[in-house]
Amino acid sequence: MNLDELYQEVILDHYKHPRGAGLREPYEGESHQVNPTCGDEITLRVHVDGDTIGDVSYDNVGCSISKASASVMYELVNGATVDDALARLAEFTELMNSKGQAEGDEETLEDAVAFAGVSKYPMRVKCALLGWMAFKDALVRASTPGRTEA
Amino acid sequence: MEAVTKLDVEAIRADFPILQRRIGDRAIAYLDSAATSQKPVQVVEAMRRFTEHSNANISRSVHTLGAEATEAYEGARARVAAFIGAPSANEVVFTKNSTESINLLAYAFQNATLDPHADPRFRLAPGDEIVVTEMEHHANLIPWQQLAQRTGATLKWIGITDHGRLDLESIPEVITERTRVVSFTHVANLLGTVNPTSQITARAREVGALVGLDASQSVPHIPVNVAELGVDFIAFTGHKMLGPTGIGVLWAKADLLDAMPPFLTGGSMIKTVTMERTTFADAPAKFEAGTPPIAESVGLAAAVDYLDKLGMENVRAHEKELAGYMLERLETVDGLAIVGPRVPIGRSATVSFTLDGVHPHDVGQVLDAEAVAVRVGHHCAKPTCDRFGVNATTRASAYVYNTHEEIDRLVEALGKVRKVFG
Repeated sequence: MNLDELYQEVILDHYKHPRGAGLREPYEGESHQVNPTCGDEITLRVHVDGDTIGDVSYDNVGCSISKASASVMYELVNGATVDDALARLAEFTELMNSKGQAEGDEETLEDAVAFAGVSKYPMRVKCALLGWMAFKDALVRASTPGRTEA
Repeated sequence: MEAVTKLDVEAIRADFPILQRRIGDRAIAYLDSAATSQKPVQVVEAMRRFTEHSNANISRSVHTLGAEATEAYEGARARVAAFIGAPSANEVVFTKNSTESINLLAYAFQNATLDPHADPRFRLAPGDEIVVTEMEHHANLIPWQQLAQRTGATLKWIGITDHGRLDLESIPEVITERTRVVSFTHVANLLGTVNPTSQITARAREVGALVGLDASQSVPHIPVNVAELGVDFIAFTGHKMLGPTGIGVLWAKADLLDAMPPFLTGGSMIKTVTMERTTFADAPAKFEAGTPPIAESVGLAAAVDYLDKLGMENVRAHEKELAGYMLERLETVDGLAIVGPRVPIGRSATVSFTLDGVHPHDVGQVLDAEAVAVRVGHHCAKPTCDRFGVNATTRASAYVYNTHEEIDRLVEALGKVRKVFG
């Protein structure tokens, strides 16, 4: 196995220096996701400002892949329009399901293309998607008033 | 007690072809036997021979193959009974795994609670207490927890000390006159603690509670004799003791099995059936509805033969030595903290640890790149993780085929982890 492929420099950098970490106000949707196989957890909040993702804030425990993925996601979706954020989610999910066959578009996915190697390791795909699943869920809750509880 | 001799590990390893498997360009160092053990050729061969030569369904067939299959299956039952010192083969129930064995018991209580004519030992009411420990595998926690919720009984547990031992001083408060059943782990799957049983069984007897063991991590590794242990039931599984997956064991005293209502119902477990009513077969058939794991029973009997030939005292001694070596070597790794007893006394060769600043998933991944197989995660023991304030651990576990060199490779690979995440 080629470890460098999995633990790319950019992944380790996001892991050691997570962007946008911590829970913040205001928010309209909150989601709590766990990965039952390893006990990784994330609580994530979404603040929607009109058509834009005003803030994504999160608190998580987990492995380098899940923590780095949340950090990369923050950079991609924070300040983006809701439509663009959902497009990135779809793109990243597709990349993770590619079993190592896709490279990812650096124009749109930016640092997230570093996770292309993760898609070869089925045991780790769930780690990479945990934050994104929380984002998706929190966004749904944000558009369903009165349902912010995880 | 048999005299302890050293295991001929090289000869043992030759019986396990999978140990020649290469991951990348290195032979695998398999340190995950607490999750599942590897199988020697003797087990695989016995199952192949049975399948190719004698395969048939058991019990009702009058043809030659049916008779051979029945004899093989019942022979396996007798073999397992002898291995654990059970007075009768009829006290051995074959299940799918330990989880099913414990559910079978828990559902006996639940079903008896619903039946006013059932044996009072199995009927629960609000105020009754069920006792487990804080170091259980979920298999010996959730069935009892759910039983308590459904019957109104109260689940209580014996806590864990900072050293990873059961808090035996709390026994008189936890096990009381209201306690009906005590089920606790013999050897803890995350901590590696070998629990002393006598104080708990004595207290259970004193208050008139049934008492038994989750023996999933003990039967494969140390001599277990149910008569000497003085318990009412034990549960264990084939695949952790060199046998195949798909077969587990519940041993319980004959009078308890007689009194217990069945868990799963259907084929092969009946005496008579009409459209309105059914009477049940005697134990163990009463608890073995449907076609049982027949080829698997043959494999399990071969595994028991293999372990018997090694001698369980010798297996214990080998693992005690590996446990000592593993603890000593792991303590030299920078930032490593053992979760569980730090001395090789009253402990198995299963060692959980955390590595400062590195998540176990990442540890496991780097170790895999070095062809060292360990388990990472919560090991189906989340309350134990919570007790020690950790989310997950890395766990290395040794068995009869493991060597000092493999432990050296583990320690060396942990150095690599430091390099990647330093």
